[in-house]
Amino acid sequence: MCVAALALLPLGYIAAYTVDVGWSGVQELVFRPRVGELLWNTARLVLGTVVCCGVLGVGAAWLVERSSVPGRRVWHVLLVAPLAVPAFVNSYAWISLRPGMDTYAGALLVVTLSYFPFVYLPVAAAFRGLDPALEETARGLGLSSWAVFRRVHLPQLRVALLGGCLLVALHLMAEFGALQMLRYPTFTTAIYDQYRATFNGPGATMLAGVLVLLCLGLLLAEIRLRGRRGYARTGRGAARPGRPVALRSLTVPALAGLGALVALALVVPLASLGWWMARGASTALDWNSLATTTGTTLALAAAAAAVTTAMALPTGWLAVRVRGRTATLLERSTYLGSAVPGIVVALALVTISIRATPWLYQTVPVLLAAYAILFLPRAIVTVRAAVEQSAPLYDDVAASLGSSGPDRLRRVTLPLLAPGIGAGAALVFLAVVTELTATLLLAPTGTTTLATAFWSASSALEYGAAAPYAVVMVLLSAPATVLLSRDIHGAIATDAPRGLTT
Amino acid sequence: MSSLTVKDLTKAFGTTPVLTGVDLHVPSGSFTALLGPSGCGKTTLLRLIAGFEEPDSGSIVVGDRVVAGAGRSVPARRRGMGFVPQEGGLFPHLTVAANITFGLPRRQRRDAGRIRDLLQLVGLDAELADRSPHQISGGQQQRVALARALAPEPSLVLLDEPFSSLDAGLREETRQAVSAALRASDATAVLVTHDQAEALSMADQVAVLRQGRLAQRTDPRTLYRRPGDLDVALFVGEAVVLDAVLRDGLAHCALGALEYESAAALADGPARVLLRPEQLRLGVPGPRDPVARVRSVDFYGHDSRAWLDLPGGIRVSARLDGADLPSAGDDVSVTVRGAARAFPAAGDQGTAAPVVERAPVSARLA
Repeated sequence: MCVAALALLPLGYIAAYTVDVGWSGVQELVFRPRVGELLWNTARLVLGTVVCCGVLGVGAAWLVERSSVPGRRVWHVLLVAPLAVPAFVNSYAWISLRPGMDTYAGALLVVTLSYFPFVYLPVAAAFRGLDPALEETARGLGLSSWAVFRRVHLPQLRVALLGGCLLVALHLMAEFGALQMLRYPTFTTAIYDQYRATFNGPGATMLAGVLVLLCLGLLLAEIRLRGRRGYARTGRGAARPGRPVALRSLTVPALAGLGALVALALVVPLASLGWWMARGASTALDWNSLATTTGTTLALAAAAAAVTTAMALPTGWLAVRVRGRTATLLERSTYLGSAVPGIVVALALVTISIRATPWLYQTVPVLLAAYAILFLPRAIVTVRAAVEQSAPLYDDVAASLGSSGPDRLRRVTLPLLAPGIGAGAALVFLAVVTELTATLLLAPTGTTTLATAFWSASSALEYGAAAPYAVVMVLLSAPATVLLSRDIHGAIATDAPRGLTT
Repeated sequence: MSSLTVKDLTKAFGTTPVLTGVDLHVPSGSFTALLGPSGCGKTTLLRLIAGFEEPDSGSIVVGDRVVAGAGRSVPARRRGMGFVPQEGGLFPHLTVAANITFGLPRRQRRDAGRIRDLLQLVGLDAELADRSPHQISGGQQQRVALARALAPEPSLVLLDEPFSSLDAGLREETRQAVSAALRASDATAVLVTHDQAEALSMADQVAVLRQGRLAQRTDPRTLYRRPGDLDVALFVGEAVVLDAVLRDGLAHCALGALEYESAAALADGPARVLLRPEQLRLGVPGPRDPVARVRSVDFYGHDSRAWLDLPGGIRVSARLDGADLPSAGDDVSVTVRGAARAFPAAGDQGTAAPVVERAPVSARLA
């Protein structure tokens, strides 16, 4: 109950505030040209990114999973790897090299390169799960490769593709750092600017309200889609891998395409980081502050991981084992709460802590609460999958073998849940390491994390000074990425990048 | 090893009654099969015996110890019963050896000799001890699950459809290994199954459950040859059921005047008789025997089934062994070996509607 209440806190705050402002106030604040402009900016960016990510993700997934392109395993890892580079680091990498990137096209390029793995991962998993018998049947009926793709593959990929696209859209709605750095105004950046200008003015909150409505709409679409996901799967997965399609003379163009994608999404940001590292090292690399900041970040991330996993455990357990209406409602409420972008969560917690508990304002507990709200779903998804695997049957069998309740918990339940709990904690940990928005607004004065240190340096155009922090973040994120690319089949892996939504 | 006595056991989930007044006695050291179609409550009965669920009323007695009933309920872990679930239910995080010794006191868990003996008991190689459950086959998993259940020397072993997830070849082999292990350990065992052939071939005693009630409990041969009613007859095997008239100690039906027997004395008049397809013999048509035309022959290799059309549109099946098979279209005589089993006519309607009942595939092929 407490978990759900916490998760719904930001939504409740927005709702209460809206009621407080009243209808005329809402009209005044929401129906104005500025909001329309932001809406247009956000909408065209989201649409453009979703389309680009969809095309890139499906194309790359088809090449890697279903074609004869050489080095498929390597490409797979390289295509997931961009997830290790936070979007705001990616945009820093680009704009520091080409200052002219602050346009729609620039923003589209940077966020597409950051987010296409969200489509690539589930679609690649879906490709791998396809029953080759269907494709063979279709070929037997005389369909060409293209027709097979269009009439057999695409309908089966629909759920994975739409799920990935919705995920991209939700992430983009919440994206702050990358867009702020590219000076592309959307709701998140506008909320931040309003907040900085007028502190907790009603303007910022009403913008947040509009943004939250958009996110909730997407989330509902996602939930409905996921309800239907079961239909896409038949049997127990493919009995044997399908035979890859021979590319023949198209091999070179395919390799060139994949190479270009990886170069833009991975090589450019890493090279840029390396260049600024080299430049910055000679001038301003403060090892001492880098070490302190890394220490602070790791400590915060560890605390957040512990708190969030502890909250996820009972929720995930109830959702699987009790399966009542209440349990489902509790679980869903944590999803709902986390469709709220980080900037809104931060805004809500700032305002609430100033008003209700001034002694908590800008303290570590509030920051941890924000992390918990944002990243609970990641932990719940993994814990839930683990609980689902540890069927009540094991408990029964252990009982019939004379094992007592505490003994069963120690010898059966906890060992079975441990991998899931560990994976959930690791995901939260890594998410916190690269979290920017909420940390920026909520961190106690004097506390800097890698992300905020990077942010203040790069905002001041001290690109060389910012680079080391980014490098540490990328290095810390890399293990999670390896994890993702490895068990593409597991529920944990396919759900892990669902970030905000699940 | 102890006997098991279940008295007047009743259980409902919500408003849906699952078991209504079930009585069951399993003698010490015997192997009893609980046979019934899916949804008849047999798994619930097993879970009540194991202590995973509590009965609404009635009692469960193991040996002379009341484990459920009269206001007391012994928790599952104190009942000392071995439980083998449907797909083995081996703990995935433990090795085969650790699974087998799970229920033993801590000191005995490392006893390699004990582990080897238990693996041997279920016919498995000692080399498997260090494997993980997912590294061994389904049949091996079932045997390990049985070894795990037998390790603490339980008073009773409960098996919940342990072979249903195995494919045909493995199933037979695993059944034999399980039977042998249970015999060797002199265990009292209760097996839940929906597979007639499994129940008939493995058990000393078969209890047929139907809609939450015990329909019949007896040894396999009696159950097959002298079923208590037609439903049980049809459930435990393929059957030929014909309308008949009882007169002068004979049952007059489409296959002539047959000797019959019945559970209770039946008055002369309309009745229904049961024959098993293997009781029908085909021969060259003679002047006296009823004549049938062969409609088709299903050839199974070890034996065959002929579908026969009798005069009056009645169709029956006959199970044939040997190589001398009739062809479709042949006229053959039909004689009956042994006595028919007579049952009261359903509602005394006296229609000539013939019934050729088909049992599920597993029974026909077994």
